[in-house]
Amino acid sequence: MSGSGAGLVVDSIVRVFSGQTAVDHVSFEVKPGELVALVGASGSGKTTTLRIVAGYEQADTGRVLYDGQDITRLGPSKRDFGMVFQHYALFPHMSVAENVAFGLEARGVSRSERMQRASAALDRVGLGGKGGRMVQQLSGGEQQRVALARAAVIEPRLLLLDEPLSNLDPTLRQSTRDELRTTLKESKAPALFVTHDQDDAFAIADRIVLLSRGRVLQDGSPEDLYDRPATRDVAMFIGHATLISARRTGDFAAVSIAGAMHRVELSSFTGIADGETGAVVLRPEAVEIARDDGGDQWSATVIARRFAGAQFVYRLRLDADIVFDVASRERIDTGATVAVRVTRPVPMVP
Amino acid sequence: MATLAALPLLLILVWTVIYPNVAVIMGSMGHWREFAESPSDVEALKNSIIIAVASVAASLAIGVPLAFLLTRFDFPGRTVLRAAALLPAALPPLVGVISFLFLYGDTGVITRVVQIALRLKDVPWHLNGIGAIIFIHAYTMYVYVYLFVSAGLERYEASLDEAAIGLGAGTLRRLTRVTLPLLTPAIAGSALLVFMSALGSFSAPYVFGGGVRVLSTQILNSKLNDAIGLAYVETTVLAISAVAGLLLFRWLEGKRAYVAAGKGGASRQPVRSRWARIGLATSAALIVLVLVLPHLMIVLVSFAKDGAWTTQVLPPEYTTHNYAGLFTENQLWTPIRNSIVMSLLATAGNVVFCVAGAYLIVTRKFSGRRLLEALVALPWAIPGTAIALGLLATFNKNDLSMGKVLLVGTFWILPLAYFVRDIPLVSQAVEGSLKQMDPSLEPAARGLGASWWMAVRRVVLPAARPGIVAGALLACVTAVGEFVASIVLYTHGNRPISIEILAQLRSYAFGTASAYSALLIGLVLIMALAARFAESRMQ
Repeated sequence: MSGSGAGLVVDSIVRVFSGQTAVDHVSFEVKPGELVALVGASGSGKTTTLRIVAGYEQADTGRVLYDGQDITRLGPSKRDFGMVFQHYALFPHMSVAENVAFGLEARGVSRSERMQRASAALDRVGLGGKGGRMVQQLSGGEQQRVALARAAVIEPRLLLLDEPLSNLDPTLRQSTRDELRTTLKESKAPALFVTHDQDDAFAIADRIVLLSRGRVLQDGSPEDLYDRPATRDVAMFIGHATLISARRTGDFAAVSIAGAMHRVELSSFTGIADGETGAVVLRPEAVEIARDDGGDQWSATVIARRFAGAQFVYRLRLDADIVFDVASRERIDTGATVAVRVTRPVPMVP
Repeated sequence: MATLAALPLLLILVWTVIYPNVAVIMGSMGHWREFAESPSDVEALKNSIIIAVASVAASLAIGVPLAFLLTRFDFPGRTVLRAAALLPAALPPLVGVISFLFLYGDTGVITRVVQIALRLKDVPWHLNGIGAIIFIHAYTMYVYVYLFVSAGLERYEASLDEAAIGLGAGTLRRLTRVTLPLLTPAIAGSALLVFMSALGSFSAPYVFGGGVRVLSTQILNSKLNDAIGLAYVETTVLAISAVAGLLLFRWLEGKRAYVAAGKGGASRQPVRSRWARIGLATSAALIVLVLVLPHLMIVLVSFAKDGAWTTQVLPPEYTTHNYAGLFTENQLWTPIRNSIVMSLLATAGNVVFCVAGAYLIVTRKFSGRRLLEALVALPWAIPGTAIALGLLATFNKNDLSMGKVLLVGTFWILPLAYFVRDIPLVSQAVEGSLKQMDPSLEPAARGLGASWWMAVRRVVLPAARPGIVAGALLACVTAVGEFVASIVLYTHGNRPISIEILAQLRSYAFGTASAYSALLIGLVLIMALAARFAESRMQ
């Protein structure tokens, strides 16, 4: 790995907690201006990785560099990073403005200047005029924005966010995602944020580093991860995917369903040689219930129906052990047999 | 309906808590000039307040750093120190004072060792006066601060400190701007407890105050000199000072009203530097020694032959006769039997009364609920001596028209005093358990067709059980070693252990006095362990 890259470079860090390897040779970069998401299920090592980057945890081996400088052993107060904690960690005995100004106070900024800058920072997150409130008087969404303003007002070299949206209710979460991306982009500082929610990652990040059991599964753009998953694990984590065993033949895969062979066009097949076996990744939007008899059709049984507003989502059984979801505006009873077809090329994973 | 049920409880509280205080104030009328013109009383008031404030300062100075050290850092000896830190709480008030006398008094072991080691002609210090009182208060009362602040630190949201560090704050700024302000409720709460205990403290000033006058001892003196009117004035002044202190601390606490509790999760930092580890381990060993010494001393002297220990550093002759005597000689066994019987009676009363009260307070809404809640907590704010004087003023004759019954001079006055003193303790424990119960459980049981009594018996009481057990054990422990109210109210017939300890001490029977004391310590430890066991089984 190039030690001299600008921005953050995490180089093969390892962290073992009482025999359990929480972080296992994780490497990635955050380039200037970039928004990177560390995504993974709980226990994947994403939070430990973030805390090592912030300096609250020490890596057992490996290095953390910023702008080419080794900061692995530097204390968190000396890194000039801004961190937004999962539960925000707002000081309950200080007003909103005092919270935001705290980092400036620690930097010896005069009282009048820091109050001015805090109030400007609050304006930027849409909380102008609320500086005099106590933290508990704010809603969860407002607290999240105070935490963001507090981290951003010190003009950090890097913003770190630990599950920034996990404490918000679902409706607020949708709108906050877009706001957060806008605010982060405007602040110009690169940002690294941790989330377990792929929708959050897709909506906010330029790039996603997917972690599982302490290892990096894939590092790429949201489109990469969705359309060109590198492994079964990536495919299972991203999107509501069903994996079906298949053999690659050129740009197609041969799939056996209920004894019959079918051909499916592939969009990607990284790491699978011609003739090798793997699995095709079937997502609801790649499949439709056929109304005519064009193309290669598969026969399936409807085992459940769920009303989802604009359409119904049907759970179909293809074969003894292959079940997947497909959406349709048509109303079909459970137990009915339907014909389905794959409408677009799908990825294949080893 | 609930108001009706609460009425008998309120009546008992008015009769045993409110009325005695009114009687004391009434009795004080006409004697206030006497108080104001008595130089010794004015000095006593001043001393009481100085001692209370200095005890708070000393307890904070020991308890806060110790709590930080033990919750935030890991070092060799931590576990032992953590266990030993609670030891002073196992010393009943009078016993702590006696052990300090044996250790640090003019003829005490430590005093003589220092004198011999430094080849001094005179003893290096005298254990008397205000300094000595504050010294022993610091030893016994820092435990409150340590416990409260430790609990605060355990719950403390670790990310708040991390946020402060991440924003660039150094250690000092983090402590003064974030950590300590957020611990204010714990610090203020424990400081209040120390203030109240130190203000009403009786044993330390009584045994080695020397010429130092404080209000609690003045009250007993005036009573013994038949100046009962003056005693009532002194009692009123002491009670008013205590309530004023209570209100002051509550006000300070209220100014910092915010919820700082988080999910905790601060991990202890291992101390890595070699020298720091050695230093900490050595200090830990020293502190543990200082903490354990009083207990060891009591146990050691309890085996010393009465009258044999005079000028030697350690008692020269040992025997098991002191213990044997307690259980075989009628004169020595009577106080033990008295204390056990009286504390069991008081505790039984506490359990019945406080369970009923807590049940109404927690599960019912009725007019008078707040009053009941305030009254069950009130005895806590009144020093033991003042409670005793109140009972003395109320239960001193048979006059039903005045609501007075003659109990003073009978066996029953002490169980009553113990009952009143322990109402807040037991109520709080039971309320704590009941508050954790899902409030819909009792209605659910009734909805399934259970009678009120069946719902209480099968649902409410099992939920309250951890609190009942813990509260009863605590009440029993405090009653069995009670000294402050006892010395005002006891008769020869119902004299409890603490009074007998004092009597044995006066006749230089140190061995017997210590055997009693060791017995009390043993009882306290057994009951504390039983309470902890009961609590852990319930969770």
